[in-house]
Amino acid sequence: MHVDIDIAYVARLARLGLSAEELSFYRDQLGVILEHAAKVQEVDTEGFEATAHPLGIVNQFRPDEIRPSLDRVEVLAAAPATEGVYFVVPPALEG
Amino acid sequence: MTTAWEPVIGIEVHVELSTQSKMFCGCEVSFGGEANTKVCPTCLGLPGALPVANSVAMDWIVRIGLALQCEVSERSVFHRKNYFYADLPKNYQVSQFDLPVCRDGFLDVTVGEESRRIGIERAHMEEDTGKSLHQGDGGRIHSATSTLLDFNRSGVPLVEIVSRPDLRSAPEARAYAQDLRNLVAELGVSDARMEAGSIRFDANVSVRPMGTDALGTKVEIKNMNSFRSLERAIASEIDRQVTLLEKGEKVRQETRHWDEEAGATYSMRSKEESSDYRYFAEPDLLPLVFAADKVEELRAGLPELPADRRARFEGLGMAPHTARALAHAGAELRRTFEEAVALGAPPATAANWVAGELTAATRRLETPATLDGRLLFGLIEMTEEGRLSSSAAKEVLVEMLKSGDEAEVVAARLDLIQISDTSALEAAVSEVVNSQPEAVERYRSGEQKVFGFLVGMVMKATAGKADPKLVNQILRQQLET
Amino acid sequence: MADFTIASAGSALAAGEISATELLDSVLARASLTEADLHSFLTIDHEGAQAAAAASNERLRRGQSRGPLEGVPLAVKDNFCTRNLETTCGSKILFGYRPPYDATAVARLRAAGAVLVGKTNCDEFAMGSSTENSAFGPTRNPWNPERVPGGSSGGSAAAVAVGSVLGAFGSDTGGSIRQPAALCGVVGFKPTYGLVSRYGLVAFASSLDQIGPFARTVGDALTLFEAVAGHDPLDATSYQGPVPEIRPTLAEGVSGLRVGIVRELGGEGYDAEVAAATSAMVDNLADEGAKVSEVSLPSFEVALSVYYLIAPAECSANLARFDGVRYGLRVAGETVEEMMARTRAEGFGPEVTRRILLGTYALSAGYYDAFYGKAQKVRSRLIAEMATVFEQADVLVSPTSPTTAFELGAKTQDPLAMYLSDVCTIPANLAGTPAISVPIGLDSAGLPIGFQIMAPALGEKVMFQTAKAVEALANFDARPPLAVSP
Repeated sequence: MHVDIDIAYVARLARLGLSAEELSFYRDQLGVILEHAAKVQEVDTEGFEATAHPLGIVNQFRPDEIRPSLDRVEVLAAAPATEGVYFVVPPALEG
Repeated sequence: MTTAWEPVIGIEVHVELSTQSKMFCGCEVSFGGEANTKVCPTCLGLPGALPVANSVAMDWIVRIGLALQCEVSERSVFHRKNYFYADLPKNYQVSQFDLPVCRDGFLDVTVGEESRRIGIERAHMEEDTGKSLHQGDGGRIHSATSTLLDFNRSGVPLVEIVSRPDLRSAPEARAYAQDLRNLVAELGVSDARMEAGSIRFDANVSVRPMGTDALGTKVEIKNMNSFRSLERAIASEIDRQVTLLEKGEKVRQETRHWDEEAGATYSMRSKEESSDYRYFAEPDLLPLVFAADKVEELRAGLPELPADRRARFEGLGMAPHTARALAHAGAELRRTFEEAVALGAPPATAANWVAGELTAATRRLETPATLDGRLLFGLIEMTEEGRLSSSAAKEVLVEMLKSGDEAEVVAARLDLIQISDTSALEAAVSEVVNSQPEAVERYRSGEQKVFGFLVGMVMKATAGKADPKLVNQILRQQLET
Repeated sequence: MADFTIASAGSALAAGEISATELLDSVLARASLTEADLHSFLTIDHEGAQAAAAASNERLRRGQSRGPLEGVPLAVKDNFCTRNLETTCGSKILFGYRPPYDATAVARLRAAGAVLVGKTNCDEFAMGSSTENSAFGPTRNPWNPERVPGGSSGGSAAAVAVGSVLGAFGSDTGGSIRQPAALCGVVGFKPTYGLVSRYGLVAFASSLDQIGPFARTVGDALTLFEAVAGHDPLDATSYQGPVPEIRPTLAEGVSGLRVGIVRELGGEGYDAEVAAATSAMVDNLADEGAKVSEVSLPSFEVALSVYYLIAPAECSANLARFDGVRYGLRVAGETVEEMMARTRAEGFGPEVTRRILLGTYALSAGYYDAFYGKAQKVRSRLIAEMATVFEQADVLVSPTSPTTAFELGAKTQDPLAMYLSDVCTIPANLAGTPAISVPIGLDSAGLPIGFQIMAPALGEKVMFQTAKAVEALANFDARPPLAVSP
């Protein structure tokens, strides 16, 4: 089966800033992998729904209790850029 | 020929729940705390951290759903909504997609005399994002030089309530929003403060030729910070769309922001591919199963809802608009009413006082005050006994609200008590009748208007404190014997 | 001392014959001999390990041992968060990153008195089958440095094989514990999904990831598992019920057990020597009284396809958080969008990029139903087939990997060929069931062969019982050339 891939669109969705050469390289590879993966479409899955957990468990909640937060100094120390008590990033292009 | 246009409006509401801790971690839910102090591996999206759902938040969304007459899904699922944004730590939001907790409810809304049932499509659970502070040029997104990020709000439980496109006017949309806000506040699950952002409204607006069924192109409006701006924004957007369509132009599907100062919506640069959220079931969280008995337990724990209250009030004999006003009045006002009635005040009278003068007086006061039901009962009793004129009673009410003193005390202090002692009034009336033989004669010979003159004389003699009703009655008696 | 098992080291430590510090020094000495060739570690925490060993000595001296792992030097894969200790997941995007917290498994190991020696090399974000996708260079196979150790937990497997730790942990999403265990000649175990908390394990594919141990013996693997298993309130997918009790019946043998040979896991693409060793072991089991039969699971034929839709889809969301905002690498950009796109393009290696693209595609508008949605249904079908087969068989057996260790670079240009090396291990991840790889011999090139035993969910008891029997039958006691001191 042939699979159509708008690789530039996919890369934009995934926020991957790839070059034209990289895009075409990955498009070709994805095509091969997806042709193989498309085998799933031949399987009869009548009556089957997605499985959420192999043990069939549901409803695990936590009590509404406050637990200590992290130390801000430690939190900000890991950041590539900060300004005062904030993380800082370049301005947004989009709203 | 001009076409008549029909607006079609749907409202999406985001309600921040006021739980102790966040939706998926133990960080404190706090408003206005120091930036980036209420964060942990989970709500900061650190590698390896996992979410676990807050049990109280799950109870509360069911409360909201039940109050909105929704069906609570027996099985519900969290989904990941994928999009990149700097204040969304994981670059996906844990939300719900095709299996929300609550579905298919409604809220009855009244504008003027008309009551309309507004459908609720769904109410689902999700997590809030962090906050972006756009630096430079007044904080406007477009010309910012950088963005500061505070993740204290990240992961605060949010319930999104989506109406059906059943609203038909800006005032109706406002009424819906206000009633919904009051309901949520009454359930005790959120501060529901619009100005603080703990309840946020977005509107989807389209217009179509009156009498047609197909929906027009819808525009989403954001950034409305008060009920007034919500109404103005929708009205302005309706006008904009009608103007476009009448010029033969098309409405573009987009998101527009409301500019309060300009009094108009403006277009946001549209997000590329913003609709391809790649929802899939959140594998870090298990399905939610709500057992029927659990739902019934939560239903039993609901307070009396405005709609039920309104029906009860109407049953007590009050006018529909009074019943509605009182049903939607604040809890303090309603408590004053219920207490006064419990002491024996006639419900319709007490309701008129609470929905009318008391509501108005409370609003006028600078500092919030409440009125003990016992005090209102005393006031009603004095007016019923004819010892206070209606205008005097209004004066007494305001003073009671300020001082907390009983009606009797306030009325005496202000010297407003009417003479309603029959024997005292009989003496005063006799004196006037005896001292005005000429006038009495003219009345008896059929000159009706002289009656008023005689009443005036009695009022003068009693320094205006006589109960005018009683004076009328006694004077008529004495003149006709 | 570096050739101790956990059990024998535990006895020696308890008897006071050796100290935890001496044991640590001996494994570090082994590491210093082998690491130049092997590169199994990304970080060795000399200071932290010495402090932990000293604390262990103190407890042992006072008779306050915390149990069988007291003083035992261990390592964890570099995708386990370790407080203040660099955690890169083998990726450039996390170079230098020090988490502010310990993964639950790490916290439990520390609480059990274990000495954490360091963090082992792996394929970037656990994506790969050869440990060649590490941004910091590959790990090599201790049996032949020209060969890969398998992956993605290749560093853990190699470190245990040479004795630079007595046990290690990895994560297994599609075979990332069992396949390198097989290729390095050690025991590797993936527990039932939900038995070991994933909290603090940097997620690859959340519904498939499971933490598990590497050890030289089946008994040691069990000891390691017991230290980390059990419900964790921080992981909503963790199982609240009791951990299966395994040890009491560990040595009961296979007599009367029903052993199923999976028809679909053999034939074309399988090394003849691997196939021969596998069937010889099956014969041995039959000789021991096991009831052997062949079973068929048609969905296994498409398990790889299902896996290569579900795992990348989940990974595309799990790895979205690496955006240059709060931690890790940032490549400058004029706008935040540009900054993120450059950071991610620069920070992720080709395999991770490929899988993010694949997963994003499989979830995107118009393709979800045909790919991701369909794969989820096929997964359910596979689970149902396994449940049926487990009514006829107590355990299923197969090779762990179709081949023994391949040469470095042999499959790096052909993703599909690389993916095929997980064909035997993937079904257990899709079904969430337990599976273990036990070394059963060497091929003619002197490379280890692994034997896989699968059991139904929470069926660890019978799985371990079989594994122990296989271990005894194989009597595999060869040591890799690199483990032998010059």
